Amino acid sequence: MSNKQNTRFHVNEQGYYGQFGGAYIPEMLYPNVEELRENYLKIIQQPDFKEEFDHLLKTYVGRPTPLYHAKRLSEKFNATVYLKREDLCHTGAHKINNTIGQILLAKRLGKEKIVAETGAGQHGVATATVCALMGMECIVYMGKIDMERQRPNVERMRILGTKVVPALSGSMTLKDATNEAMRHWINNPTDTHYIIGSVVGPHPYPDMVARFQSVISEEMKIQLTEETGNPFPDYVFACVGGGSNAAGAFYHYLHDENVNLVAVEAAGKGVDSGESAATTALGKPGVLHGSKTLLMQTQDGQVVEPYSISAGLDYPGIGPIHAHLFDTGRVKFVSATDDEAMNAGIQLGRLEGIIPAIESAHALAALSQFEFDQDDIVVVNLSGRGDKDLETYIRWGKY
Amino acid sequence: MKNRITALFQKQNKNILSVFYTGGFPRLNDTIIIAQQLQKSGVEIIEIGIPFSDPVADGPTIQDSNKVALDNGMTLPLLISQIKEIRKTVTLPIILMGYFNPVMQYGVERFVKDASAAGVDGLILPDMPLHEFTEKYKDLFDQYNLSNTFLIAPTTSAERIQQIDHASEGFIYAVAASSTTGARSDFAPEQITYFEKLQNSKLKNPFLIGFGISNRATFSKAAEYGAGAIVGSAFVQLLKTSSDFEKDIPSFVKNIKG
Repeated sequence: MSNKQNTRFHVNEQGYYGQFGGAYIPEMLYPNVEELRENYLKIIQQPDFKEEFDHLLKTYVGRPTPLYHAKRLSEKFNATVYLKREDLCHTGAHKINNTIGQILLAKRLGKEKIVAETGAGQHGVATATVCALMGMECIVYMGKIDMERQRPNVERMRILGTKVVPALSGSMTLKDATNEAMRHWINNPTDTHYIIGSVVGPHPYPDMVARFQSVISEEMKIQLTEETGNPFPDYVFACVGGGSNAAGAFYHYLHDENVNLVAVEAAGKGVDSGESAATTALGKPGVLHGSKTLLMQTQDGQVVEPYSISAGLDYPGIGPIHAHLFDTGRVKFVSATDDEAMNAGIQLGRLEGIIPAIESAHALAALSQFEFDQDDIVVVNLSGRGDKDLETYIRWGKY
Repeated sequence: MKNRITALFQKQNKNILSVFYTGGFPRLNDTIIIAQQLQKSGVEIIEIGIPFSDPVADGPTIQDSNKVALDNGMTLPLLISQIKEIRKTVTLPIILMGYFNPVMQYGVERFVKDASAAGVDGLILPDMPLHEFTEKYKDLFDQYNLSNTFLIAPTTSAERIQQIDHASEGFIYAVAASSTTGARSDFAPEQITYFEKLQNSKLKNPFLIGFGISNRATFSKAAEYGAGAIVGSAFVQLLKTSSDFEKDIPSFVKNIKG
């Protein structure tokens, strides 16, 4: 996590990525966000912070996660395909990289309580886990619909001692859980830290979360060098809801333009079906949850309810860093439908013995949209495991 | 023509009551009759909310009114045309309050121009950053004679209060508590300390206190420290349940102002 950043693809001092980002927040949140902005770099660059962060990632999360050469998948797609196994992190997804970082930061800011939002429940579980680890009180807001479709994660949070509060407004999914978490923070400004789960929200959240997740591509470089002698792959694939796993998987490759970066959005029932979460295809610049970004909305500026079979991609925006990476063409954005993602998830189970989270299955589904050369090195960021999605797989049935 | 907000504060600096309601609630065209009734009831300022799908700074009452208004078909162009209609009979200062995204989609410049032409005197856009206003929009607001009101909260630093005061025209909206909007029945001692701090800050703008003002006790207390107060959620709650605006609105206002 170096402080030296080329600002072409990173945040500038005002908190913007190109035209996107910033901090569009009511005054009641300004002091909290400003406190964070003033302190986050100072704190995360302190040697004792880095030491504690790295130690927990190693001994508690289980990092480095393997980079696995998926031979049967490689054969299928006529390329050399590696899976970055974030699904093997403690709690089952990459989300914990960020929550470990943020809880250590919250402690150093003197905060006593934590609030968070969650969609699929992975971030909620990762937050509940670190709160148990650090003995901090935790409240997680989760859309009522998501609580129903991700029930095991709700119970996991409760076992860990977290209070799970249903978000009953709007579409009762991730967007609304985020609204409720922000309201909670407005009402509890001094003793509470808000752990946002993705590279969204007002500056400095997108940059901070991207930095905590950047460990993914940091390890990829080392592991690819060991495997192939070259830290640079030809392609990196990652799914994007808000975009935290993609931000982490792309982070250390942003300035190496020979590495093709591919972000995969959830097309739901089809980009033009009216039931989709493919933000770059359907959105335009707008402001939601504190930042200017690409946003699915009506002509009148009302946020559109997104849809995806995957609760973790069911979000009407993307992080401002991704809006900028899309705008500049640095990252290629594609999408995968529910059907394509489910089939790709089952295919990975059959070929490699790994059942992925449905979010990560979207990244896998995009492989068939590319024609690779046999010697192409392709890394797919396998952001989470499919245990939480078992009911969705069972309901899907086609296996 | 002189800005009606500036004119009001020049002739009155105490006991100003500003009443907020959501445009298009409870029925789409109620926006107009509610404004007329508020004028008849003797309030000083009318604040109309632009409905938004994701009102993060609002508590349940105003959230619900936003949803109903959007379901009724309210849009920003329609709200501006309703204000033109209101201006045929209402002479009070009118403020539009809303989240930044609908304004951004309408186009900030076009919005400022159209709102001003419809008879709007001021805007409150709580999630518009201070620096974005001063760098990009202040001249535009001045050109169209619109005042811009920023919020300050109990957690706002003394230095930032001065910056906000410097950038504001008309009045400052002092949020009474670190909270989302919603009615409360009384103030806590630390809120009084905060009001006293504001009173002693030597601001160039008058300030109105809002959030949690719901009855005569909280209004009088707020008016002791500020130029007056803003009532929102309590009024929106009344509108939701009232079957007779002509009777209930004057009695609501009388109940608060005495």
